[in-house]
Amino acid sequence: MIEVKNISKAFDGNQVLKDISITFEPGKTNLIIGRSGSGKTVLLKSILGLFDIDQGEIWYNDRNLVQMSNKERKLLRSEIGMVFQGGALFDSVSVEGNVRFPLDMFTNMSGPEKIKRVQFCLDHVNIDRQAYKLYPSEISGGMQKRVAIARAIALNPKYLFCDEPNSGLDPETSTVIDQLIQALTKEFQMTTIINTHDMNSVIEIGESVLFISKGEKEWVGTNREILDSGNQKLDDFIFANKLYAQMKKGK
Amino acid sequence: MRMGFFFHIGRYFSMLSKVFTRPEKAKMYVRQLFLEIDNLGVNSVWIVIIISIFIGGIMTIQFAHALANPLYPNELVGLGTRDTLLLEFSSTMLALIMAGKIGSNITSEIGTMRVTEQIDSLEIMGVNSASYLIFPKIVAVVFIFPFLYIMSVFFGLLGGMLTGPLVGVVTIPEYIDGIQWLFYPYYVTFSIIKCLVFGFLVSSVPAYFGYYVQGGALEVGKASTKAVVNTNILILFFDLLLTRLLLT
Repeated sequence: MIEVKNISKAFDGNQVLKDISITFEPGKTNLIIGRSGSGKTVLLKSILGLFDIDQGEIWYNDRNLVQMSNKERKLLRSEIGMVFQGGALFDSVSVEGNVRFPLDMFTNMSGPEKIKRVQFCLDHVNIDRQAYKLYPSEISGGMQKRVAIARAIALNPKYLFCDEPNSGLDPETSTVIDQLIQALTKEFQMTTIINTHDMNSVIEIGESVLFISKGEKEWVGTNREILDSGNQKLDDFIFANKLYAQMKKGK
Repeated sequence: MRMGFFFHIGRYFSMLSKVFTRPEKAKMYVRQLFLEIDNLGVNSVWIVIIISIFIGGIMTIQFAHALANPLYPNELVGLGTRDTLLLEFSSTMLALIMAGKIGSNITSEIGTMRVTEQIDSLEIMGVNSASYLIFPKIVAVVFIFPFLYIMSVFFGLLGGMLTGPLVGVVTIPEYIDGIQWLFYPYYVTFSIIKCLVFGFLVSSVPAYFGYYVQGGALEVGKASTKAVVNTNILILFFDLLLTRLLLT
């Protein structure tokens, strides 16, 4: 579980996050949504510890990130998996090498154990064995995202962060990625936080949705509650698409 | 935001303090080191050989032209070529050329990793990205530079020995006598010290520009250019400083 308590963050006097509190539960896909520039990425990076917050607390179960030493933060990071917007796979390493990297760096597994783990992770994201030796530039965007997910789960993380995992993907592949993240979250009981502005993802896997606007928490609920939120800003954001607006009218 | 000279100096040394820290896993760094020696050093061997042969030949012709006086012995052509190669070309000029080749390679590689979030990815895994990416490059370049220097001197002298007799300005025996005449081994020691310093600059300065790049492909390109220009200026500055300190 990750608990965020009253966090605020400003850059050069510009308040980007204002007193946000929220609890992200394990085994659920927790979504952060909002317009571009609303503070989603800053919130995600603050929770990750990439930005130092100005005030508030971030609890990873019973550990407060704000008070952690560098050593403790490093230890925490070995429990975190992250899927970046562009995949962020290492260009000079094959698919297999990318998933193997955290195992090489942080475990004392033997060679065969590592191979077994790499195969386990890549099988979970449905990557064919023929693709193991290919380089990231030789595979499709959807495959890159799946390899990034495989790499993120290689160390069996307790916490999984995804920054716009569907960006640049077609709707069908996006749905596959969403379902994959949800399935892995449930299987490994991870605390998963997904940063997105893809409405399909919200409808598909939004078990817990946090909507932020101009750095403030506007609404929290589930995908089922989103149609009747009664929040004007959320409605403006969600139903900007005419199809969704018509769907709401017809429910 | 306009960033001052002292800001860059401070951030450069702050980066170096991150680079020279205890590695997470020494085995991974050693593997990376061998890859960098191959990528940055071994892949530069051919360009060093080609440039050195040509420059050696050109210098031989120019010395012969400048010393075209019956009072000067022809052996001076070999001596002049040797000392120029030993003292300046094979260390400083080579470093300037390598700043273009290796330096831009380092900046664009690390810069691309930065803008495609690969460095953030390393950091989130708990890897000290500065150390993992930059330390092996610095060690590889500092290690390989003296070898490239020795190779450059050898092929430069060879270039002179082939070109001199070919254009008829000096005979092979005169040239060989010349390159053995008044030889001071300290010149080699002095140049190897310069190579170690230049190797450090050629790897660390471009790494700095790549590591802190912000933006996209355009900014990576600009950072590469800045890295090469700044490295060249620093090489010349340290050349002057070391020459003053060690040779005069």
